[in-house]
Order: sequence, then structure tokens, then C-alpha cells
Amino acid sequence: MTDLLAKSPCDGLLPLTIGSVTVTEIAFDAITSLAPFKGQESAVSDALKVQMGAAFPKPNRTTGKAHARAVWSGVGQALVLGPPLAPIPGAAMTDQTDAWTCVALEGDGARDVLARLTPLDLRPSVFKQGHAARTEIAHMGGVLMRTGENRYGLMVFRSMAATLVHDLEIAMQSVAARGRL
Amino acid sequence: MRISGSHNGGGLIDRGKPLRFTFDGHSYQGFAGDTLASALLANDIRMVARSFKYHRPRGIMTAGSEEPNALVTLGTGAAQEPNLRATTLELHDGLAAHSQNRWPSLDWDLLALNDLAAPFFGAGFYYKTFMWPRAFWEKLYEPAIRRAAGLGALSGQPNADRYEKAFAHCDLLVVGAGPAGLMAALTAARAGADVILADEDTVMGGRLNAENEEVGGQPGREWAAGLVAELAEMDNVRLMPRTAVTGVFDGGTYGALERVSMHVASPGQAPRECFWRIVARRAILAAGSLERPVAFQNNDRPGIMMAGAVRAYLNRWNVAPGRSVAVFGNNDSAHRTAADLIAAGINVAALIDARPGAKTDLDVPFYHGQVCGSEGRKGLEAVSIATQSGIEKVQADCLAVSGGWNPTLHIACHMNGRPAWDEKIVAFVPKPGMVPGLAAAGSANGAFSTAQCLAQGADAAQEALADLGLKPAKPEIPQAEDDPYSITALWSVPGKGRAWLDFQNDVTVKDVNLAARESYASVEHMKRYTTQGMAPDQGKNSNVNALAILADATGRSIPETGTTTYRPPFVPLTMAAIGAGAQGKGFAPQRFTTSHAATEEAGAPMIEAGLWYRPSYFPAPGETHWRQSCDREVGYVRNAVGICDVSTLGKIDIQGPDAPEFLDFVYTNMFSTLKVGRTRYGLMLREDGHVMDDGTTARLSEHHYLMTTTTAAAGQVMRHLELVRQGLRPDLDVQIISVTEQWAQFAVAGPKSRELLNGLLDAPIDDESFPFMGCGDITLGGVAGRLFRISFSGEHAYEIAVPARFGDSLFRTLKSRAEALGGGAYGMEALNVLRIEKGFITHSEIHGRTTAFDVGLQGMMSKKKDFIGKTASQRPGLMDEDRERLVGLKPTGAVKQLTAGAHLFNDGAEATRENDQGYVTSVGFSPTLGHFIGLGFLKRGPERIGETVRMVDHLRGVETTCEVCNPVFFDPEGGRARD
Amino acid sequence: MRINCPHCGPRDRREFTYQGDALALDRPDPEAGPDVWNDYIHNRDNPAGPTRELWYHETGCAAWLVVTRDTVTHDIHAVELASAVKGAGK
Ligand SMILES: [Zn+2]
Repeated sequence: MTDLLAKSPCDGLLPLTIGSVTVTEIAFDAITSLAPFKGQESAVSDALKVQMGAAFPKPNRTTGKAHARAVWSGVGQALVLGPPLAPIPGAAMTDQTDAWTCVALEGDGARDVLARLTPLDLRPSVFKQGHAARTEIAHMGGVLMRTGENRYGLMVFRSMAATLVHDLEIAMQSVAARGRL
Repeated sequence: MRISGSHNGGGLIDRGKPLRFTFDGHSYQGFAGDTLASALLANDIRMVARSFKYHRPRGIMTAGSEEPNALVTLGTGAAQEPNLRATTLELHDGLAAHSQNRWPSLDWDLLALNDLAAPFFGAGFYYKTFMWPRAFWEKLYEPAIRRAAGLGALSGQPNADRYEKAFAHCDLLVVGAGPAGLMAALTAARAGADVILADEDTVMGGRLNAENEEVGGQPGREWAAGLVAELAEMDNVRLMPRTAVTGVFDGGTYGALERVSMHVASPGQAPRECFWRIVARRAILAAGSLERPVAFQNNDRPGIMMAGAVRAYLNRWNVAPGRSVAVFGNNDSAHRTAADLIAAGINVAALIDARPGAKTDLDVPFYHGQVCGSEGRKGLEAVSIATQSGIEKVQADCLAVSGGWNPTLHIACHMNGRPAWDEKIVAFVPKPGMVPGLAAAGSANGAFSTAQCLAQGADAAQEALADLGLKPAKPEIPQAEDDPYSITALWSVPGKGRAWLDFQNDVTVKDVNLAARESYASVEHMKRYTTQGMAPDQGKNSNVNALAILADATGRSIPETGTTTYRPPFVPLTMAAIGAGAQGKGFAPQRFTTSHAATEEAGAPMIEAGLWYRPSYFPAPGETHWRQSCDREVGYVRNAVGICDVSTLGKIDIQGPDAPEFLDFVYTNMFSTLKVGRTRYGLMLREDGHVMDDGTTARLSEHHYLMTTTTAAAGQVMRHLELVRQGLRPDLDVQIISVTEQWAQFAVAGPKSRELLNGLLDAPIDDESFPFMGCGDITLGGVAGRLFRISFSGEHAYEIAVPARFGDSLFRTLKSRAEALGGGAYGMEALNVLRIEKGFITHSEIHGRTTAFDVGLQGMMSKKKDFIGKTASQRPGLMDEDRERLVGLKPTGAVKQLTAGAHLFNDGAEATRENDQGYVTSVGFSPTLGHFIGLGFLKRGPERIGETVRMVDHLRGVETTCEVCNPVFFDPEGGRARD
Repeated sequence: MRINCPHCGPRDRREFTYQGDALALDRPDPEAGPDVWNDYIHNRDNPAGPTRELWYHETGCAAWLVVTRDTVTHDIHAVELASAVKGAGK
């Protein structure tokens, strides 16, 4: 018998506040990938609604709310962030709870920080609350969500946690220092 | 000198904020709002540089980014930055600048001798002179020329300054914030468009900041400042001062360089510069225009400046570039300059107008003629004026010159567009549609009065708004100067001496004429032969003049002669800005396994495997060489139990009713027949019949597989599987997703591996529950995991996987338990030796040019089904017995070493390319066997077992003979893994 | 350069990976013979003008795209999902 201890991806790296921007790690009870098989899209969406009250998200969108959110994550695929899901017939599901580094970036300058890391159009009129994108975050493929007026959710692979925090830190320092010029 | 009093309202300097700065070590004073150039002129520093080739004294010529002469170096040591234009450097307290291209000093430059040898240095001189002997070019001529001719130098040290990159998006990008740009931005912003207004100057307003004129009944610069303030208040406007738009790229993407903190003494963590990628649905080019010089004898003396620059120094910085100024031109810019000089109380020594019938109302000595020469040792002292009555000499310490204006259309040409020649203004103008979505307005469009600029700015914005689907409101156009532009072409004044065209590259009228005489009559040939336009300023001051002179010399019109292409960047870019964000850790993401911390604590040196960091070996106390550690770790696996983090291997979850068929299509061998709970080694080909990757795939349930890929090819395989799924077999119902990062996976390898696991797992395992190549679920302390009985070492071995959050803890547990059993952790070196001992291939062997046949796995190519690469792999050339095929090698010569990359030759044959028989791919010292072993490819290899071949490593100078052997060196029957 | 991904909308080129001519989607029958296979694997036109190319939205949605692009003007005329192109052909 053994007792395994759990460590989060950003263990020892976060939280971090520089200037008006703060990064914190988010832990979800579970992250489950959900990919309906052919012709099963609406049945899977209905089953998801029953389990967590949110439909299967459309491209570039999220459904649900904090701690029970489904985010579109690519062709025919969503990541369900929050409660562990019971098996849904008609869909491929995998446990991704430990696969992702999830952080929240929040504060007045959050959008300016992100503009240094991603080529995505982040204008508030374009990337609205509830929107999500698979995009590049500082050389890494990731998931970006706008979860509030000045709050964003970022996900990159677990192994890249240190790089994400490093790149965010440099961008946050730069934004803060520009404000002091 | 600084004008006392407050000419033009005191300009844009703050006399209440004096700043100290140094130039070549001497201390001077300027004011906030000064550029280095205006401050130098205010301190009567006229000579600021030596020219590129002839080391002639040069002074400040312009007041903008087009400056060809006044290049300086800022800072020292690692922070040293050369070739900065004094005209765009904002003064800050403590700024320290140095002149360039002079030795030992600016004032006394030994290489000024070059000027005396000028006849020798004409156009194409190095093509003609240094042709022979050939070897001298690299060793002697080029280094000598590079030392003599040149710009500033880098320090050679790593630059600690910060640079950044950033992205921005807008509906409308307005390039330039003069009257046209401001009007365009205001019109678009009021209609609700997202507007970015970028201007390379510190203060927006363009020429309005440099002129003494009114807009809407108030001083032009005040009108501009008011409008900028209004824009700054609007949420949909981003003002980007100090930002030069440097290039136009596909899809409405614009590159722009922002000078972020170069103007402050202590930037803190702010970047020095930022390189922006701006995506704009529409753009307006309102970059203004550049005044061009006139070529005449010795027209490059310090004190000879552009007329518009003289006005800028007077009106914006309250600096008189001379005490007695002559003004020369072929358009009204000259008269305007004379009027401003009079208003500032500066003596106008002469006003010279080259236009026929020219006259003036100004109370100044007026000449109808041309300046044909200049005098003065290190600065202008007198000019010679040719009129119909002869040549007259006039004392002057500054000459303001205007040869007309060229629209700043450069970026409109970045997508291959060619501008049109407009005879009325004797200049090139942009043609509509040169860049999709970009329109020119104002003087960038050839409209030279302020009133026209304002109107065109508003019009261009309205057109853009209509394209964007926004409702434009017609703005009120304020009253402004609307004088007609009157110009008579004048490119060069006849004369004997040298007349400069390209000041930055030291190209003269004679050089262009020589190029024409020597048949370099195409403008592109002339450019390359004379180097005109090839300096960092890309010929902003000289291109049109040089073209006109070439046209004249070849008897063609200017439109017939054509024009060279402008390319990005519009202004010089630092490499640091282009590469911003990619220095140091920003170069690529670092991927760390969950065992990273424990591995570093154990002192293991890390090696990079793609983006991953993996341990090379785990040193033990007393070990002084990595080989000692490696040998010990191999022994762990062969004799006890070793632990290795294998999480970096790609893991792809494959599910769906058609998953079995999908796998049968991508692998050469069958996976639809694999039993649930079992694992099989699979081989994947590219469609051209060569091996792409290999790995084991487990069948977790009827329609659920877990594929592993090599670390190196994980991304490539995922891309490939998606292409097959989406593009080749969309008929198959299958879903794939990477689960690499979900699982921390460790090899537990060696005769004591099961003993270790059984001390750890909640339920013990045996040969029945986990036979060789079996797989299934396990739990450890309640944590659900997976166990695979697979082996990359040839020993009885497992790979155990748990959710990654437990990886750190499990690795530490496994390592300490292995140590208690006489084993421990092993790194990549030991892993490599273990697999070579077994003849297992990696990407050293499947390097993209080898086939299944070459690696001896032709038996894995199923005959019962189609699969990717099947047809091509059966081409005769890929099944040829003569191909280089996998063999094992062991040294038999005096040298008991093998080296990877060495080539193989027949015993006794000369080691030449013609005799090449193959090459070595992987080597290692086998502590198990007590000698070096290697894998390699040898022509007809498997037929040559037992033969002796010669191994030669030309690169490392290693040579030996080897015996060709079976690639499986250890336990060829494979019993150890099964038992 | 920007590519208008049918899923994600217009995105910067750095999110995409290029993989040659879209001819790669037209995999011949295994028995089609060496000439057909040789053409399929190796021979590509290099036109000055419109081309059909495969692009992978690698740091985006992972869709394979068929991009019709003009090599002279750089205009992108169409961006389609490879799965749709293939589905329509069958
Ligand atoms: Zn996409």
C-alpha cells in the first residue's frame, strides 16, 4: 500500500500579482473531453444538459458557469470543466483532469498582458464574455476563455506550466512598467 | 543656436526642464522636447558624423527618420546600440551618444584619406579592383573594406535590455498623424470604428508641429494637440505615438515598431522597443512626404540641410541651424523657409530660386539661379550661386535646400505595387489598390496643401467607413493653408566636382552616370552597381533623384526608367525587436515531466528531447564520469529493477465504432485482431513507404485503444492521424485525442520489477493477470491507474501510469523502493544502451529515409489489408537486397570504440564516398557484454553477419574495424521479458 | 498572412502548419498502378496562380483545411474543411 500525494501543475509558481493584474491557478474537480460520434451530437448535448445544466458548446463558445463549464476545444470536441461526468453514450470521453494547466488572469491590464502572448483578436466587442478560442498562447497551443469583463481563463498543457507562468510574468512586468513611464 | 525669446509660441520644448547629455564625451544641455539633433544644433555642433565610404564630415540634414548622416551610437558595453538617428532620439537626462565611423576622433579621422583617393573608390570599385587573387577577397580585401567603410558596431555581448512583441486589431489603421491622418482618425472614430492611429514622431501633428501656420484660426500645432486630446478620450481609439509602421503583409497585417522607453533615463522593466503586428480591416496611409535634396558640387557639407528641416528646427525646437542662412529651391518651400527665418530674426543671406520667372516679395537678397558649389572646412562657410550673370559667392553657415517633395508611399509598395509618376508634382504617387484595403491621403497621396490634406483625410476615412459598414458623418473641415504647389524639376546642378545623391552610402551623380555608361542602365542594375538606395535609409533622400539622373543619362523619361521596389522595413528595425519574446526562455516552451523536481534534486543533468527535458543520468557519490553512472544504471535493469520516466512518449486515445479499422489503416500490422487487455507493437509508414514512427498500442475495450508514439514524433503522428481521420477516411467514425499530459508514466524494468510493484499495488499481480504484453487497470492507495507489461529493455518490465498530479509522488516512491531492492532511477543514457543491447530501434534508425525492409520489420507489413504506405513500400527500389539494412556492430580493431555518424567501408577499402557501404546510427558501451556495441545500416547487411568492415569517422578522426552481427546483442530469444 | 478557419474565424498564420498540395487527399486505389501512385506521392505542379493547399490549424481547432490561394497575388479565395471537401467528393 502506498499513499500518493497530489501536486497541482502550478505548485509553487502561483499566485502572482504584478501591477493591476493577478494570475491564479484554478483547480477543477474534473476535466473531461467529450466528442460525440457521428449523428450523436444532439443526444450528447441533451445528456450533458441533464448532467450539468449546460449544452454542448458551439465553436468558439462556452456554456454553463464557473465550476460547471463546457468549453469548445476543437473539431467536434469540448472540454467539460467542473463536475466529473458519468459516461455519456454516443461520445468518446477521456479524463483530462491532470492534463491541463488552468489559470485565471484578472485585472485592468489583463487584456494588454494577453496581447503580448496571443495573436487572437481580443477586442471586447469581438472576444466577448462567454467566448472561447483554441489559439496560440506564447508559442503554446492553448484554450483561452473570456470569463468576465477583465477576467480570462487560460489553459495550456500541464508540462508547460512553468513556461506559461514565465511568459505571463514577463508580459505582466512589461505592462506594469509601461504604465509607470 | 537656440533662439532667445519664444519664436512660434516657444515651439514644443520645455525651457523649464533642462536636460544634460553628452556627445563624444563632452557635456551639453538641451530641453525636454528636444531630439538629440535639435539639442546638438542648439549647441552649435555641426559635424556629427563621418560618411560611410569617404569619411567626409557630415552634419544633420533632416529632422526625421529619413536622416542619412546623423547616425550615432548610444550607450556602452552590452547596452551599446549603434546607428540610431539623432533626429528621432528624444533627449533624456544623462543620454550619452557617440559618433561613428571615425578613428581616432570625429574631428581628426585618419580614414578621411579615403576622400583623397576618391577616384579609386567610384561605383563598382570593389568589383573591378579586388577580383584577383580570389583568396584575397575573404582574407584581406573584405575585412579591410569593412573596417574602413561602415556604420556603428555592436558590442558582441548579450543584450540585457528588454524588447517585446504584441498584437493589435482594429477596423482602421491610420498611418501618420499629420493633418490628413488626424482628420481621418477623427472621422472614423466618431463613426464608431475601432481606430489605431500610429505615428513615428513623439508628438502627433506631423508637419503642423514644424510649420508656422494656422488651422481653424489657431496655431496648427495647437489645433493638432486639441484633436489628439479628443481622440485620446475615445474608447475606440488607440493612439500609438513613437510607432513607425514598418511593413505591410498579407491579410491586412501591418508591422510596426514602437520606441517604448528609449526616451527615459530609467525604464525599469519596460521594454526598449515593441514590435507590433497590427491587423486592420482597412488602412489609410497618411505618412506625409519627404523633401528631397538637389545635387550640386560638395552638397554634403555640415550646415547644408533640407529646407523643411530648417523650418522644423526653427518652429518646433526654436533652434537656428545657422546665423546666416542661404535658402535654395525649385518650389515654394524655399520662400516659406526664408519667411520663417526672417520671422525668427535670423539673417537670410540669399534666397535662390531655380524656377524660370521666379520672384519674391521678401526683403532678402534674391537670386534667380542655382547653387553650384559650397566651401568650408568642417562646415559650410560659403555657397556659390550660378545666375545668368555668372557665379557669385555668398557667405553662409547654413544652406536650406528644397528640391521638392516625395510622397511617403513606401509601405504602399510592400506587396509588389508600383507607384505612378505624376508630372504635375514631379514625383511618384501611390496608385489605388496597391495594397488591398489601403488608401493614401494627404501629402502621401501627392496633395501638398494643408487644406487638401485635411479634406483627403476625411474623404479616405469616409470611404473606409462605408467599406466597414459604418455610417460616416461628414466632418467639418477647418480653414487651412491652401497654396498651390509650384515646382520645376531640378535634380542636379551641372559642375565638375562630386555632387552627392545618396548621402548614407556616399553615391554621387558621377557614379550613376558611370553606371549608365557601363551599361547598368536598368534601375535595378544601377542600384546594385552604385549601391545607391542600399543603405539603411533605403534611399529615402536619393531614389527619385538618382532615377531622374539615370533617366537623363540614358535618354529616357522617368516613368520609362521605372523605379526600384521598396521593401519592409520602412525604417531600420533592431533584430532584438523582431525577435522579441524569443530570447532565452521565450525561445520555445519548456516541457517538464512530473518527476522533474525529484530528478533535479537527484542532481541529474537534463537533456532536451524536443521540448521535453529528460534526465541524462543520475550521478552517485564518487562517480566522476557519466559512463560510470550509465553502466551502473544499466546494471539496475539487468540485475534488479530500474525506474525511468517515460511520460514524454505520445499517448493518443482512440475511440469509436471504427477505431479498429482506423488503426488497421494507419499501422502496417493488424490491430483489429488485438485482444482487449493486450498490447501490440505497431509500425507506421508514411505514404511514400518509409517508416514514420513506431510504438505500442493497447486495446482497452472493444472500441477503445491507447496508442503510444515516440517522444520525438508525437506531434507529427497526431497531425497525421487527424489528416487520415478528416481528410482520407472521414467515413470512419472515430475520435482521437492526446492524453499524453494526463498520465505520468514510469518504466519499472528488471527482474525485480514485479516484486517492487507488488509491494505497491493495492492488489498483487502475476503472470496470469498481467502476462507479457498485457495491460489493465490497477489501483495504488486508491488511486486508479493503468499498468502495461511492455519492455524497452528486454527485461521483465512494466510501465505504470497514474494521473499526472500523483506523478511526483509516485516517482519518488518508485525510486526509493527500487533503491531498496538494489536498483534505482535510470536516465536516457542507460535507456539507450539497454535498447541497443536489444536491437530496438529509435528515430536514430527510423530517421525518415529507412523502410520497414531496411530495419528488418518487413514481416510486420500485413498482406491482408490496405494501409498507409503499403503500395509505395513494395516498390522494387525499396525492397532491394542491396539497400543499406540494419545490422549490429562490435569493434574488433585496436580501437575499441564506435561512433554514431561514422561510415562503413569494406575491410581494406579506401574510405572514400565511392566506397561507402553504410553508416552507424547508434552506439553505446554495453556493461552487460563488456564492449562497445552499435547499430547501423550496411548494404545487404543481414547477409553479411560475421564479416569484418571498416568504420571511419572523418569528423572525429576515429577509425576501427568491426564485426557485423545480429542487431539483437542480448537475449536474442527474448525469454527474459516473457519470464 | 491570415487564414479564415471555417471553425475559428480569421486567424494569424502562426497558428497553422502547411503541408503541401491538397492532391494528397485524393489517395489512389491500391491497385491503381505505379504511375498513378508516383504522381500521387511525388509529382506536384508549381503554378504561378491559384493552388489548393493543405493547412492544419495546429494551435487552433486541429482542423485540416483546403486553402485555395493565389501564389502571385497571395489572395486566399476559399478555405474549406478537408473533411467537407472529401465528403463532397465521395
Ligand atoms: Zn480552426
